[in-house]
Amino acid sequence: MFKRIVSSIRHIGHQTIEGAWRLGVATRFFLLVLLKSGTSLRRFGLVVRELYFTGVLSLIIIVVSGLFVGMVLGLQGYETLQKYGSESAVGTLVALSLVRELGPVVAALLFASRAGSAITAEIGLMKATEQLSAMGMMAVDPIARVVAPRFWAGVISMPFLAAIFSVMGVFGGYLVTVVFIGVDEGSYWSQMQSAVDFRFDIVNGFIKSCFFGVAVTAIAVFEGYDAPPTAEGVSGATTRTVVTSSLVILGLDFILTAFMFRGVS
Amino acid sequence: MQRTAMDLWVGLFVVMGIVALMILSLKVGNLNVYNPAQSYTITGNFENIGGLKVRAPVKSAGVVVGRVTDIQFSTETYDAIVTLSMDSRFQFPKDTFASILTSGLLGEQYIGLAAGGDETKLQHGDKLMKTNSAMVLEELIGRFLFNKAAEDDSL
Repeated sequence: MFKRIVSSIRHIGHQTIEGAWRLGVATRFFLLVLLKSGTSLRRFGLVVRELYFTGVLSLIIIVVSGLFVGMVLGLQGYETLQKYGSESAVGTLVALSLVRELGPVVAALLFASRAGSAITAEIGLMKATEQLSAMGMMAVDPIARVVAPRFWAGVISMPFLAAIFSVMGVFGGYLVTVVFIGVDEGSYWSQMQSAVDFRFDIVNGFIKSCFFGVAVTAIAVFEGYDAPPTAEGVSGATTRTVVTSSLVILGLDFILTAFMFRGVS
Repeated sequence: MQRTAMDLWVGLFVVMGIVALMILSLKVGNLNVYNPAQSYTITGNFENIGGLKVRAPVKSAGVVVGRVTDIQFSTETYDAIVTLSMDSRFQFPKDTFASILTSGLLGEQYIGLAAGGDETKLQHGDKLMKTNSAMVLEELIGRFLFNKAAEDDSL
């Protein structure tokens, strides 16, 4: 009995040390990527190539989900607001919830599962097939050549994807409430414009999406680089990327929101 | 995939992102409505501004003609000094009447201007002479109850 308690406590200790160690390795890796990103910024063609894979190929899912999220927000908002006779405020509801929260957060979640998992799988497989070691043999730094361009491409494309998501959502809300249901077009836009503030809402949403971009791609490249070089290891790393980055996005969102929107009437 | 085609797609993506940010700022956030070069400011003292906020619209005949840019409290007269930034396309007579109104029963509060008959127009930095405070529900109910009590007494 006593032995079992000791061993379970030892297990907790082991897990904690392991976690802290892994966090330290991830931080050092992140700093290393930042240090070695000079090459990828000088050879910008590498980043452009990765921008195509992470940004352009994520466009379809971002545009379609943005449209549908906006349409659902419009429908649900209309249903509730019309009980109070203020269905003209539906534009405000759609725009504020998209620009402040849903745009950055949902776009980042989609980005993590669409692009983050792909980055992890690609780097992990490169490691498993010893392409990274081969690069090292040819005196090509794999972090500067493979990891840094992917990291910067993700950081650059995330704010754009979030902005496109929000715009599509506002358009989807417009489509449902103004075109189909028949809310007055002028009040949809004017109420939205008087409620959405450039500094508080749009700039803060943009800053949020920048943070999410850094977090998601940093997790994705680290998990890929750190994956055990087996088929199982790569699949586990891909799963971990999606799970960890989703949790980090939601947690980070709460912290950022608490700092940004506290005391805003 | 060809290098040039890839460059084209990435370029399109970046342009789309920038356009989306601009739509958010200009169409959704309405960044361009307040242009200080083409506006003049006037002030007005209100006994009670109720729930009026900075950036609330200033309307005349229901049309937005300006915005509230500042709300201060005066320790000399113990009332609120509201600064209005008016679109310079719209000139109002000196004796314009300003009142704080509510759009709908629970809607936002705004300043409504009713033009007077004076020949001279309001200039930059002028002060509105005739103002009407916001309707405060508690005061209204209090007054109603007071009147009701007075009525009952007279019977």
